[in-house]
Amino acid sequence: MPDALALVATAAGKLTLEGLRLAGRGGTALPGLIALTLDPDFISALAGGLPHGVVCVSGTNGKTTTARMLSDILRSSGWEAIHNRSGSNLDRGVASALLADATWSAEPRGNVGLFEIDEASLPGVVGRLRPRVVVVTNLFRDQMDRYFELDALAKRIGEALAGLPRETTLILNSDDPLVASLALRRDAKTIYFGVDDPSVGGVVPQAISDATRCPRCSSPLHYDRVILAHVGEWSCSNCGLTRPARDVAAAKIVLGPSGSEIVLAGTVGGIFEPLRVPIPGLYNAYNALAAVAAAGALGIGLAEATRALVNFRPAFGRHETVQVKGRTLRLVLVKNPAGFNAAIGALLETGRNPRILAALNDRDADGRDVSWIWDADFEALAPSVEHAVITGVRSRDLALRFKYAGLAEDRMEVVDSSGAAIDRAVALAPEGCEVAVVATYTAMLELRAALARAGMVSPFWED
Amino acid sequence: MDLHIAHLYPDLMNIYGDRGNVIALSQRARWRGIEAEVRPYSVGQWADPDWPDVWFFGGGQDQGQDIVGADLAGKNGAGLRRSVEGGAAIFSVCGGYQLLGHEYVPEVGPAIPGVGILDVTTRAGKKRFVGNLLADSTDGQLIGFENHSGRTFLGTSAKALGTVVVGNGNNGEDKTEGAIQGKVIGCYLHGSCLPKNPWIADQLLIWALARRHGDVKVDPLDDRDELAAREQAIGVARARP
Ligand SMILES: [Zn+2]
Repeated sequence: MPDALALVATAAGKLTLEGLRLAGRGGTALPGLIALTLDPDFISALAGGLPHGVVCVSGTNGKTTTARMLSDILRSSGWEAIHNRSGSNLDRGVASALLADATWSAEPRGNVGLFEIDEASLPGVVGRLRPRVVVVTNLFRDQMDRYFELDALAKRIGEALAGLPRETTLILNSDDPLVASLALRRDAKTIYFGVDDPSVGGVVPQAISDATRCPRCSSPLHYDRVILAHVGEWSCSNCGLTRPARDVAAAKIVLGPSGSEIVLAGTVGGIFEPLRVPIPGLYNAYNALAAVAAAGALGIGLAEATRALVNFRPAFGRHETVQVKGRTLRLVLVKNPAGFNAAIGALLETGRNPRILAALNDRDADGRDVSWIWDADFEALAPSVEHAVITGVRSRDLALRFKYAGLAEDRMEVVDSSGAAIDRAVALAPEGCEVAVVATYTAMLELRAALARAGMVSPFWED
Repeated sequence: MDLHIAHLYPDLMNIYGDRGNVIALSQRARWRGIEAEVRPYSVGQWADPDWPDVWFFGGGQDQGQDIVGADLAGKNGAGLRRSVEGGAAIFSVCGGYQLLGHEYVPEVGPAIPGVGILDVTTRAGKKRFVGNLLADSTDGQLIGFENHSGRTFLGTSAKALGTVVVGNGNNGEDKTEGAIQGKVIGCYLHGSCLPKNPWIADQLLIWALARRHGDVKVDPLDDRDELAAREQAIGVARARP
């Protein structure tokens, strides 16, 4: 039974939520903030009442898609998830999600919590949620004006995970040495997922790597196969630390323009049918492996999980498609070099010459430091770009990046307003063509708002 | 004509997009018909410390910085000093800048010696300086993004690269940003610096080419895009420091 303080916090939070709804606002964090201010233990008080427990999904890239995939799997298994879906993934977002689905007597209406947690917030929030399952997708450099250095962040996450009860299952990416090593300090249950298909990746290390050193002994890591940045088949020849055996493995991946097919293998058992992921990109294949592995930890079988993903629909800006005047706009959110490189990979995998609408902002939610664009592999993209329309608060930095990557001046142009940039990109693409819209968070919100004004999409918070 | 560019510790000192400086140096050479080659110089035995005309040394994470500091304390630090005496240029940012100085004094524990090529000393500070950085200099305004907790103070042989207008620069106290001493430059400008501050890139090219090719003039480039990016970034820095 929740205590009096939790009841007061619930009432205040729910009143705020109702008020925002009446005012027609889709605010996602304020009600949670109010509840947390009144009762700092609000999250533990409410999450403790969930019969199937709590799942946390964290990591630099892919947490929204992974959580959303898992949500589909849980729903098709008849579970009711409380999910912080709207992208507000700090602890106040978790509190807001709990509030929205709580009764006025502070009891949750769902039976499982599914929380997407910002990797920098994970150490602070994970102890309060006492999760049954924690998924970490990957760790890359991201918005370093806020998070600073990756080694230190990985260390903090590892320490927080080490403090969890032994019953907690960790779902970790075996191919990311920083993530795989999060379990080093812990003797609890761990399920590793990874890509075994030898045709994925190459032997040449990619330009930017965040973890070239062994997480245990700091010696240089050796790679037999590099998949993306520091993700791959890694080992340390000094202390013997090596990529752990995969419990959920992609033995074979066929990548296509609208999705991929994965032949599963590993200790969790195989299934006859391939896993079909209906959004393109190798990184989304990784997200599907993570979601299937997490479902397994909750007792949901592979066949059931695979079936649930067939109809998966992507979230805001995660390969969401919008039709505009006979052209398809594919919205791809980017925020860091690894995410950008993965997005480029997905564009180039199609074999087409991409038409691009690119937008760079430097507001708080984007990361105020735009330096990261110089770490992203524009050199791989530039030779195949058909045309790029460039916009955003820092459009000129982005245009300069394209120029130094070798994109000819007559293949790019800067357009200041979001609406005009969309019009221009659409006008330049022949009917039936696809335009890849690659943008940082607030830039994507602005582009989406322009599309909403033109009646092309519904406003964001109805998502 | 050809140009030899060395990227120092690209595997360990490569955060905040500093790689863009190497891209800018090599592209601005190539656009003028100068053949540019980039080679990595990392921990351990260096193939040929006398090969580079210009070195780039970027910022790194703490772990990387410790390993690099130890590596430069040996033969490689001596190789770098000899290279500069032989006429090579260096452009350094943040952690690389600090390591080129006399020493880095942490909050606790003994001072960590630097290479001593720049007459600067860095002390650990409590508050991290994170934000847009705009500085005036005689050759034009410098724009970038700073992200450091070290406080760097100039000795008498090093001159400031610029005077801080927005942000903190070297130490947040004396309004100086960066250091220049002979053909060696250090600064706290991420962003990357050279693409948006092309006159520094061209100065480095002239210095670097002089080592093996004597005094050369570099043709002017069409820098309208570079200057437009600089103007836009300056506008943001003034509006949102
Ligand atoms: Zn090791």
